[in-house]
Amino acid sequence: MTMYLQVNGAKTYCYTGGKPFDPAKPTVVFIHGVLNDHSVWILQSRYLAHHGFNVLAVDLPGHCRSEGEAPSTVEEAADFIGALLDAAGVQQAALVGHSWGSLIAMEAAARLKDRVTHAVLVGTAFPMKVSSALIEASLNAPEKALTMVNVFSRATLCAPPSALGPGTWVYGAGMALGRRVLRSNPKVNVFHRGFVACDRYAGGEAAMAALTCPVLFLLGGQDQMTHPKAAQGLIKAAQAAGQKVKVVSLPVGHHQMTEAPDPTLFAIRDFLGT
Amino acid sequence: MPGYADPGFDTLALHAGAAPDPSTGARAVPIHLTTSFVFESSDHAAALFNLERAGHVYSRISNPTNAVFEQRMAALEGGIGAIAVASGQAALHLSIATLMGAGSHIVASTALYGGSQNLLHYTLRRFGIETTFVKPGDIDGWKAAVRPNTKLFFGETVGNPGLDVLDIPTVAQIAHEAQVPLLVDSTLTTPYLIKPFEHGADLVYHSATKFLSGHGTVIGGVVVDAGSFDWDASGKYPELTEPYDGFHGMTFSEESTVGAFLLRARREGLRDFGACLSPHSAWLILQGLETLPLRMERHMSNTERVVQFLASHPLVGRVGHPLLESHPSHALAQKLLRHGARGAGSVFSFDIQGRREQGKAFIEALKIFSHLANVGDCRSLVIHPASTTHFRMSDEALAGAGIGPGTIRLSIGLEDPDDLIDDLKRALKAAEKAGA
Repeated sequence: MTMYLQVNGAKTYCYTGGKPFDPAKPTVVFIHGVLNDHSVWILQSRYLAHHGFNVLAVDLPGHCRSEGEAPSTVEEAADFIGALLDAAGVQQAALVGHSWGSLIAMEAAARLKDRVTHAVLVGTAFPMKVSSALIEASLNAPEKALTMVNVFSRATLCAPPSALGPGTWVYGAGMALGRRVLRSNPKVNVFHRGFVACDRYAGGEAAMAALTCPVLFLLGGQDQMTHPKAAQGLIKAAQAAGQKVKVVSLPVGHHQMTEAPDPTLFAIRDFLGT
Repeated sequence: MPGYADPGFDTLALHAGAAPDPSTGARAVPIHLTTSFVFESSDHAAALFNLERAGHVYSRISNPTNAVFEQRMAALEGGIGAIAVASGQAALHLSIATLMGAGSHIVASTALYGGSQNLLHYTLRRFGIETTFVKPGDIDGWKAAVRPNTKLFFGETVGNPGLDVLDIPTVAQIAHEAQVPLLVDSTLTTPYLIKPFEHGADLVYHSATKFLSGHGTVIGGVVVDAGSFDWDASGKYPELTEPYDGFHGMTFSEESTVGAFLLRARREGLRDFGACLSPHSAWLILQGLETLPLRMERHMSNTERVVQFLASHPLVGRVGHPLLESHPSHALAQKLLRHGARGAGSVFSFDIQGRREQGKAFIEALKIFSHLANVGDCRSLVIHPASTTHFRMSDEALAGAGIGPGTIRLSIGLEDPDDLIDDLKRALKAAEKAGA
């Protein structure tokens, strides 16, 4: 069920969960993190696509199957999400983002106002500071940086049956996907660009105050990349702004989608049903 | 297990894929001897069948005990996942059947296990898949053998019968220039001695019957995917990159950017061909895997002692192990294998100078070495090809296959090395007398 849209003049890939896009259904946009692509959302997006939702699990510009210039800032990526909705003819959508994607979802929700029905922030933090050593390594020693990120992102050596089903080694899958995404863009190091975008993003609390939709924080209790403590400021900002806030903490690391695929799905599904 | 570095090989051999059982607290991996798994609801059942949720349905397709073995092998090889199957031959067949059908072509090394030779040369030909065989060191030969319908390169890390070391980086490069993956049989080396993915291979399989299980108790196999080969970019694998009517119209490379091969191999291959591994067998293999690093060290050190002994014995004409500088693969073994030429395995052959009867006399005089058709056991094993596996062949035909009338194949086990050498000494004396 391959779907390509022209967004800002660039061919943009969206996975639709094995179902044709149907404008009559509510739409959920899944936004991946740094050095990832749509496939990190396969289980959650495929389930929702078969349970009453349109799904657009996008490859961000310059990543894997999508052409175009890879976004340099969270704000730029947020504008892309607005353009994506326009290209798909979607008036309203829920946004689900992981890590860098969570910042993009939050900023897009702030900009798009009531065009966004729900914001789901998975593995989020603000500020999302990235150490200078890691930023430097992502540019000059990407394999080393990828290994560091992959190790920091995992909390278990025995993930349950995951995106490829039983027998998946999520460490290896993370490394292989990272290498593939990096290789997919010969012009820009999307690893470095993504990390810089995370590190420099300063609009988190302002964006949260501007939201007009309920927010789900889906955090990993053992997350070493975006520690749950680092999300508390955003949670407080959302509460202070009077948003409807839900916080779900799972006993996993940064890759909730593969380390706890079912609890992650249920949290998103239940939140979207509210 | 949050940490700051990748877990090491020995840790992964014990822990990858397993934790104490949450329902019972059992520390060892439980054996899930069940054919099927109860659905929580109709929705759960439908979601499992449609790959919306991950889990176990029926043990031909997946099983929790097998999944531990699969994760552990993927971890040890540095892959993204694995599929456990009934034997090493089933792993080879599953790999091929997932990637191609009638009208396809394979380029394979001549230095292969006999069962693999049979599958490629005779059986698959009957199903319309042809193979061109190339000597593993003939780099120009690999290039020249490529055809428009070539779908796979295939070799063994350390080939039968002469321990030719496959130049994986070079052969992988040729394969990738031809837009096809390199599949490697790493049975004799295990991931402890070489990780083929680090050298450019795309798929690895093992007969787990051998060193992985290590105790001569179980038949099993496993195929591991590196997740490195770009099936879409190649354009030669519609099985993976176009909608498959046999599974919900799924395009496997779209579902998983790096795992299309494994998705199709499990969802079609295990489902339809059915060469699944018993969970009991998976458990036995896991027991072996937990001590793989310790056992491989002892296999290597014992082999080193035996090779040195044989190389200096007057009745021995040739010892075919890359430990010796005279071996054609010595330099490549030093370069590619984790422990250099020491790591070229503990299965090798040597020639007794003399007639066929002397080989038989040697075998019959051995007391510790067991005379049987297997390798990779914890016990030392021996076979005399000219009087067993190749007994119908003339001396000339044997020579063509690289086997002499006095060729003996050994699989060195974990016994006291002095006892092994004493056993060999006694048997060589008997062979000498038989030739008098």
